[in-house]
Amino acid sequence: MSTVHTLTIDGRDVAGNEGQTIMEVAEENGIDIPGLCHLPGLHDRGACRLCVVEIEGSPKLAAACVTQIAEGMHVTAHSEKLEDHRRAATEMIFLERNHVCSVCVANNHCELQDLADELRVTHFDLPRISPAVGIDASHRLFAIDHNRCILCLRCVRACDEIEGAHTWDVMHRGLETRVQTDMGIPWGESPTCTSCGKCVQVCPTGALFEKGRPVASGSKTKRPFLPWLRVHQEERGL
Amino acid sequence: MSKPRVATVWLDGCSGCHMSLVDLDERLLDIFGRADLVYGPLVDVKEFPEDVDVCLVEGSVSSEDDLERIFKVRERTKVLVAFGDCAVTSNVPGMRNPIGVQPLLECAYIENADINKGIPDRIIPRLLPTSQPINRFVDVDVFLPGCPPHADLIYTLLDDLLAGRTPEVAGARFGR
Amino acid sequence: MSEPNNAARPIRRPNQEIHDGPVRASAYVCEAASCMSLQAHEITVRLAEATADAGMSDVAVKRVGCMGLCAAGPLVKIPQTGELFSAVTLDNLEPIVQALDKVTDASARLPLGPFFEHQVRVVTENFGEIDPESLDDYVARGGYEALGRVLAEMTSTQVREEITRSGLRGRGGAGYPTGLKWTTVAKAAGTQKYVICNADEGDPGAFMDRSVLESDPFRVLEGMAIAAFAVHATEGYIYCRAEYPLAVARLRGAIRQAQKAGFLGQGIANTSFAFDVQIRLGAGAFVCGEETALIASVEGKRGTPRPRPPYPAVEGLNGCPTLINNVESLANVPAILRNGSEWYAGLGSGKSKGTKVFALAGRIVNTGLVEVPMGMSLREIVYDIGGGIVDGRLFKAVQTGGPSGGCIPAQFLDMPMTYEALIEVGSFMGSGGLIVMDDTSCMVDVAKYFMDFCRDESCGKCVPCRVGTTQMWMLLDKITRGKADLIDLAQLERLAGVVQRMSLCGLGQGAPNPVFSTLRYFRDEYMAHILERRCPAGVCEIEALAQHAEVPA
Repeated sequence: MSTVHTLTIDGRDVAGNEGQTIMEVAEENGIDIPGLCHLPGLHDRGACRLCVVEIEGSPKLAAACVTQIAEGMHVTAHSEKLEDHRRAATEMIFLERNHVCSVCVANNHCELQDLADELRVTHFDLPRISPAVGIDASHRLFAIDHNRCILCLRCVRACDEIEGAHTWDVMHRGLETRVQTDMGIPWGESPTCTSCGKCVQVCPTGALFEKGRPVASGSKTKRPFLPWLRVHQEERGL
Repeated sequence: MSKPRVATVWLDGCSGCHMSLVDLDERLLDIFGRADLVYGPLVDVKEFPEDVDVCLVEGSVSSEDDLERIFKVRERTKVLVAFGDCAVTSNVPGMRNPIGVQPLLECAYIENADINKGIPDRIIPRLLPTSQPINRFVDVDVFLPGCPPHADLIYTLLDDLLAGRTPEVAGARFGR
Repeated sequence: MSEPNNAARPIRRPNQEIHDGPVRASAYVCEAASCMSLQAHEITVRLAEATADAGMSDVAVKRVGCMGLCAAGPLVKIPQTGELFSAVTLDNLEPIVQALDKVTDASARLPLGPFFEHQVRVVTENFGEIDPESLDDYVARGGYEALGRVLAEMTSTQVREEITRSGLRGRGGAGYPTGLKWTTVAKAAGTQKYVICNADEGDPGAFMDRSVLESDPFRVLEGMAIAAFAVHATEGYIYCRAEYPLAVARLRGAIRQAQKAGFLGQGIANTSFAFDVQIRLGAGAFVCGEETALIASVEGKRGTPRPRPPYPAVEGLNGCPTLINNVESLANVPAILRNGSEWYAGLGSGKSKGTKVFALAGRIVNTGLVEVPMGMSLREIVYDIGGGIVDGRLFKAVQTGGPSGGCIPAQFLDMPMTYEALIEVGSFMGSGGLIVMDDTSCMVDVAKYFMDFCRDESCGKCVPCRVGTTQMWMLLDKITRGKADLIDLAQLERLAGVVQRMSLCGLGQGAPNPVFSTLRYFRDEYMAHILERRCPAGVCEIEALAQHAEVPA
């Protein structure tokens, strides 16, 4: 048995069960709150900060994906100021590494690109960082291009929480932060990777991709879920 | 009253944005019936003219030559449009930025050259340390992202500008 | 506070001999990290040998903790007369030996001098008096009296009430009421609870916690035990940065001694109360001072913060209610319970009760550690205690609160040092580092320095902090090189607001503060860099103007 709370999001009366997050209730009610690290089914970590909302009476912004609803809460998910903040955060993500939409496998199938579109980000004013980061293409089926990684860690969570392999994790800190496979060894040499492809499936950008796919063909919605699992099993005669 | 003067400039880009401009097809007649095309790769004029009303700049700023030109364009233009992803974000030309100029030139002119190995030091303008979008150097009035921007978007933009409206280019996005 | 009385108790000599006879004179040698770095330990040994060689059997030499005047170290004190020898080297011990020789019961006591006179010592009451490695010394000065009384006479509720009434607030920086935190943990549901001492002091220019751990480690253990009793915890952790090897060594020794003596472990002080403490070492990440990151690190995970709520008081270590207090907060606890909450609340001013330990650093004569009542004016601290600015130069600003703090300009020299007043002027109490700056400091450069610190220490979890701090640093760097324009300044201000409001934890939320406060008080310096391409303090190297605007490398 759970307690039902009523609250408002952007002035709309909505209801949810105790323990649900603002993001979940918003999703159920068709209110779109952007978010790149959030993916239903994975543990939320409140890291991309795109889903920050204002809660009446609280001086600080709260990440909708990790903030639980409360009775009588008044949430503002969209305002000029919030949009401006989200635009700035989107800009930061674009400028952190080397995102080149036009030659990306995920072009037109990219959540970051969609977000820029949605928030009307048409150019960048902030400094560009452009670090020299690499590509690991040692895996037979997949590759990771760190230039396009936004560190949402969906891959890390999917690998740990769903596949249970925990091949992916994080190394270093700050701008040096990178996702890594098995304590930093090449992906292709990973003894724990099951080649299930869940990491590729959940990647919001073109950072993780299936080898051999040309530019702009990285659609994930048009493919059956986790086709690689089947390929892999067939190859192993399972 | 004379017609508005429109120019286009091609910096470090692939000319794809100009191709998209040409894709306006019969609408070109409409646009350039209302405006004069005074400079650009499609016009045989050597010097960027004075008193340009609208200038579409394709490409990023990658060389000393680009830099000189973008300043001149800004000086002589009322409404400067960053035309396409290279001008807006530096896009593909910017992919060399993490590599550095010298290793880049060595890769292109020595390691992968079959004949006449050697980095050219004449005629070709010197590369800047990085390739940058034009708004790193000059004020940009309108941004039209896209690789390339669709002809419909270009038409809407020019139509708005020529009619004296603030351009409202819905649907322009990076990539595509 | 009692005067040192060495006649009645044995003094441990560095050669491990116990001196049992009556003591006529003693030499206290500071063996805290700063003096140790100048051979203080060798001085202790040599001094003991020299006095023995001179046949002074009634003279004792012992190591003590930090005396505070770190700028003048190594320090040797003769407590009987109050004589203080500064900048002692192994070659000039003779004057000390001679002075020890002359001490008699009738020797006059020298005045303390302004550095000491203006201080009120609560947390640091044993500094320079006891051997930090001796439980006996600690007990002889009233140590473990408070814990004994708490266990014998008080209920946990009474202890919490006492702390609440004292008005003690978190000394780690934010100033959260300690009593309230204790009550929250005590009332949180769950049978397993923890006490964590946050000793991951990392602010540039701050060394209060290190000094407490090096000079009086038992005090922290006693404070933790009292806290554990008050919140029903049975296990404690001290999370100390590995860069403090001396503090860690003394803590380890103190834990062992306390366990042996029954002040830690099962059946403390012959009651049913059980509490034990373990040390966890931080691996050099500033962000692990943030409580949720600290807990993750103690759990053996990557030291990154998580969004709050839930707060650690409700869901902390291993998902259990956890009390996290700073070293200095815990070090206040024994004194509060020994002397009463009224006594403590009588110190300080307004809502900021008690005393605060400050680390004086930068362009100040008396670099070192001081403890003053809350509400003392900045001027008294900088000029009366600190001895003013080096070379008699002009005071420009003092930076408080570390990388989350701000710069306080000269116009506020008479402000009281309280949590509220500091926030009002756009700074922050922080852990207590005071970095004094004179007219040789460029405030844009200072802001850049702190931003460099933040971008280096950002854990990389959330976007605004990971990317935004670097972008702010890039813009500040551009300004200091004379390459920026007003648009860059506008971008910097926009970015600062976004990073402050959007970041996940205190590191990112506080990172723009040095920018805000320098812009608030020293905007003219920014303008000089941008419009006149000139660094007023002459610190920044303005680069030659290129033909065109800058092309980032």
